[in-house]
Amino acid sequence: MRETETITLEINGRRREIAAPPNQTLLETLREHGYFEVKSGCEKGDCGACAVLVDGEAVDSCLTLTGTLEGRAITTVAGLKRGEELHPLQAAFVKLGSIQCGYCTPGLIMAAQSLLNETPDPGEEDIRLALSGNLCRCTGYTKVFDAVQEAAQVLREEESGL
Amino acid sequence: MFAEFDLVMPGDLDEALDILAEAGGDGDAGILPLAGGTNLVVDLRARRIRADKLVGLGRIAALRGIERSNGRVTIGAGTTLSDILRDPGMVEAAPSLVDSARVFAGQMVRNTATVAGNVCCGSPAADTVPPLLSLDAEVTLAGKGGTRNVPLADFFLGYQEDERRPAELVTKIAWDAPKPKSANLFYKLARRKGDAITVVGVAVTVAVEAGKCTTARIALGAVAPVVKRAREAEALLEGEALTPELIEAAARQAAEDSSPIDDVRASADYRRHSVHALTRRLLSQAWAQVTEGG
Repeated sequence: MRETETITLEINGRRREIAAPPNQTLLETLREHGYFEVKSGCEKGDCGACAVLVDGEAVDSCLTLTGTLEGRAITTVAGLKRGEELHPLQAAFVKLGSIQCGYCTPGLIMAAQSLLNETPDPGEEDIRLALSGNLCRCTGYTKVFDAVQEAAQVLREEESGL
Repeated sequence: MFAEFDLVMPGDLDEALDILAEAGGDGDAGILPLAGGTNLVVDLRARRIRADKLVGLGRIAALRGIERSNGRVTIGAGTTLSDILRDPGMVEAAPSLVDSARVFAGQMVRNTATVAGNVCCGSPAADTVPPLLSLDAEVTLAGKGGTRNVPLADFFLGYQEDERRPAELVTKIAWDAPKPKSANLFYKLARRKGDAITVVGVAVTVAVEAGKCTTARIALGAVAPVVKRAREAEALLEGEALTPELIEAAARQAAEDSSPIDDVRASADYRRHSVHALTRRLLSQAWAQVTEGG
């Protein structure tokens, strides 16, 4: 066993000191520490189920070694929730039926959030490009695209104080 | 849990080169640089690659950034595929590279994977390589003894073999921005736009002066042990006006210049046919752009 290092991460706004062996992925670290909303799918960067934000940008946590992330801020889908209220992306996915089995949903929402962080008013092509690394085998993608559009609008209205 | 290794995160380039040179100056195949890791982590997990120590490049500021000056475009080795898409100047500075970034894996991989890493993985299907070859890109390699520049066209020596020595790092990739009267296009043939491995990738550059093609580049992906230029096909075009007959002849030559294999994604025959069809299509589009677009 190689030497385990202590890594400081901010996870969902909370600072945590985490011991991780050098070959541990962020996916393994997060699930080991109870962040079960982060899903393990293909474990090779094809399916996007494990997507989380690192400093606001979506990455596949299965491809990211925890030891490379000292001092970085991690957001999981649970970290988007605003107290007892759902985040607009979460609410739109529920409202528009963009979820069936739900396994791909956390990753889809994080990929969408990463898009909206940069592009608050995305067109359909932007959304398709942003979600091209997320596989859903149940519902198809149309309702997912609709939910991202709707959430984007809600977030823009919040932003402009309407 | 997968194979065990050490991970170090040097803060600057010198420190990284010191670590890579640890095992006696020439480097050690067991010490590997880790860029985005989107291939390497998967290969380590599957035990296709063995490493004793990874040198993470994520904290090295000198590897970041995109520069444009006097028509020369330089991207640091830390430049991700998303950085290429985000930079508004890239559409003019490297149209084919932008085309390839848009069909490269998915968002999360694009946010992490670097262009230099894609080059160094040595895959014949690497999507950024045909565009970079069509732009006559040059790779800068740094080692303890200094730096050297290698044309990308000379970088690949054989299947997953390249010019980089184990103790060297690719620090940047540079090319001249396309001339005003030129076209630079890429097409990736795959089962879908995102999240798919390339069956055939073709990039072309066509520059024109006084009605004649002055520069022709045709770069072919996934049809040989390395991504390569179809030099004999290029030679047919330079100095000529690109008539449909000449374009057809060059496309046929490009198919002959390729040496594809049968695999799970396509047969060799289909790949050869696709090189022919895509080269013809891209050359026709490029010629139309440079002659009609003014």
